[in-house]
Amino acid sequence: MKTCLVVDDSRVVRKVARKILEELSFACDEAEDGRQAMEACVRRMPDLILLDWNMPVMNGIEFLRSLRQMEGGDVPRVVFCTTENDLAHIQEALSAGANEYIMKPFDSDIVQSKLAQIGLV
Amino acid sequence: MKTEDFDLFQSVLKQRSGLVLTRDKAYLLESRLTPVARRWNMKDLGELAGAIRSRRDERLLRDVTEAMTTNESSFFRDGKPFELFRQVVLPTFLKAREDTRRIRIWSAACSTGQEPYSLAMILHEEQAKLAGWSVEIVGTDLSTEVLDRARAGVYSQFEVQRGLPITHLVKYFRQQGDRWEIIPEIRRMVTYREFNLLNDLGTLGTFDVVFCRNVLIYFDQPTKTRVLEAIGRIMPPDGVLVLGGAETVLGITDRFKPMDNHRGLYQLTTAPRPQGLAVKAAG
Repeated sequence: MKTCLVVDDSRVVRKVARKILEELSFACDEAEDGRQAMEACVRRMPDLILLDWNMPVMNGIEFLRSLRQMEGGDVPRVVFCTTENDLAHIQEALSAGANEYIMKPFDSDIVQSKLAQIGLV
Repeated sequence: MKTEDFDLFQSVLKQRSGLVLTRDKAYLLESRLTPVARRWNMKDLGELAGAIRSRRDERLLRDVTEAMTTNESSFFRDGKPFELFRQVVLPTFLKAREDTRRIRIWSAACSTGQEPYSLAMILHEEQAKLAGWSVEIVGTDLSTEVLDRARAGVYSQFEVQRGLPITHLVKYFRQQGDRWEIIPEIRRMVTYREFNLLNDLGTLGTFDVVFCRNVLIYFDQPTKTRVLEAIGRIMPPDGVLVLGGAETVLGITDRFKPMDNHRGLYQLTTAPRPQGLAVKAAG
């Protein structure tokens, strides 16, 4: 079973994302911010990380840059899932090593379509 | 809904678009035609049916047909046909058309333009191989409303997130608030025309590649046969037809055969005979 780490400071978003991903046969873990996500990745690299941008402690882009520097940090596919819906943020995310980008609001169709783009469903 | 009203809508739709509406799809009439009735200041579908009967208003009939035949679309819908287009179809024609350096592609029932623009983006990605070539993409649909949207090339945030890789969004779209507009370079690669698949296809010219996906499923068997055979007549002997995942030629026409190992792609079984040739020869 493929694994996914859902990183978002909103409990509601994590719950919605988790439900969609579990229906797509992912085993999900959750983190509330970038630092918690780093700790989870040190324990075990997931196949997929669904990543919010704006979070306390460590935001999404800082987390992504640190992740890509870590040993094995190039492995997880990272899909941003954020309200930052402008071209500049998308370009910044891609430069930092994001594989896909979801602009909130999202639904299961969009998540499935994006995961298909990166060969995970 | 009264039986005679259902029968009227069924007959109008069959006649004007080929759409076959069975009883179990009556809910579609309710959901899609209620907004049309409201637009025309009518209280319900009964009044709408009455108006169709009493005055065969062309604009009203068009609104009804368009509301029932407008289907959802997405960029690179179903993925695979577009991969096959890039990996199999395009290289084949780059070789086969080396002398004329001309390829014509038809996106039949293109709705709001996602299919022809997806093809245009693939061609753009392959542009190094296409220097000096003339590649024409023609998108047609029955509905003027969806064609206006296709020509504008402006899509919602929701639409650009289904099927479109983020790298393509960045490369081929401009952001306008919460809408995304396809760049002129891609838009210019597609020509749109209002066209009913039940009409004479000869007016469109010939096409090397025809995308006719998720259209035939709405037709009854004789209409499917008629449309497929008409498409066969406007394709060269080595032309390629692309059908939707739930569609086939088997049992409908023997003019096309599936291409080995390339699901959804079809080729002509023999060189199509121009219409009327048999009569001429006999005379």
